[in-house]
Amino acid sequence: MRLLPRKDPLVCQEVVELVTDYLEGALSRSDRRRFEAHLADCPHCSEYLAQMRVTIRLTGRLGPDDLSPEMQDDLGELYRRWRVPPSR
Amino acid sequence: MSLRRPDPAAVAEAELVARLRAGDEAAFVALARRHQATMLRLAAAFVPSTAVAEEVVQDTWLAVLRGIDGFAGLSSFKTWLLRILVNRAKSTGMSEARSVAIEDVGPALDRSRFDATGAWMSPPRHWIEESEDRLLATGLRERLELALKRLPQRQRAIVILRDVDGLSGEEVCGVLGVTASNQRVLLHRARGHLREAVEEFIEP
Repeated sequence: MRLLPRKDPLVCQEVVELVTDYLEGALSRSDRRRFEAHLADCPHCSEYLAQMRVTIRLTGRLGPDDLSPEMQDDLGELYRRWRVPPSR
Repeated sequence: MSLRRPDPAAVAEAELVARLRAGDEAAFVALARRHQATMLRLAAAFVPSTAVAEEVVQDTWLAVLRGIDGFAGLSSFKTWLLRILVNRAKSTGMSEARSVAIEDVGPALDRSRFDATGAWMSPPRHWIEESEDRLLATGLRERLELALKRLPQRQRAIVILRDVDGLSGEEVCGVLGVTASNQRVLLHRARGHLREAVEEFIEP
């Protein structure tokens, strides 16, 4: 949690730097209120927050590459090599 | 550890782990399939090449097979697994300190976008209603992958775990050994870079 000067309204640049703390629920109640008060009046910062949400969603869609068949074979082999050895 | 709602994926995972303990090869392969992609991505953040990342993943699975009987189940299997991976990747890869100090500090968005009072000078343009399917299909996927690869090591690892894979912040702290506030700072920087990559893709 970052310490912000008490009562001044937040400026855009501060809001941009607090976006992640906001999304993570890491702002204090009063900072959260100041953050949301700024958003209510500032279409640009609202846009920025929305873009951040879209970016997070897009990143989440990069998804895993599928396992190549070779890699799957390798894993099966790795397992069998490990199972068989002398001491087990 | 905090209380969690039992989610179906976690239950299925616990079953696979139990079967693995009992010596079931199919359970091993199923677990590997679940986690391999994230493991490769994550390992690649710490080592110089895909080939080395693959070796690290294989080593990790061997360590898991050797250590599964000692896995106490205090953390989830996944965080246990990824912690092993990260330790191996770090000791295999280049020095962790590489450029951390320079690239991990500073604002997520360049100061030149704001005026002296901190108000927007070049505000973000409106693109959030673009079709995400279309964007991803027409080159954004590759663009984001590239942006991800260019992130400093810790930012890259954190955003892979949080946003690509979907781990919680708490889990990420456990896997990477960073504090909660550091995790947020690095995540913030990383997401800022990725947002810029999207912006540049949409309005070059």
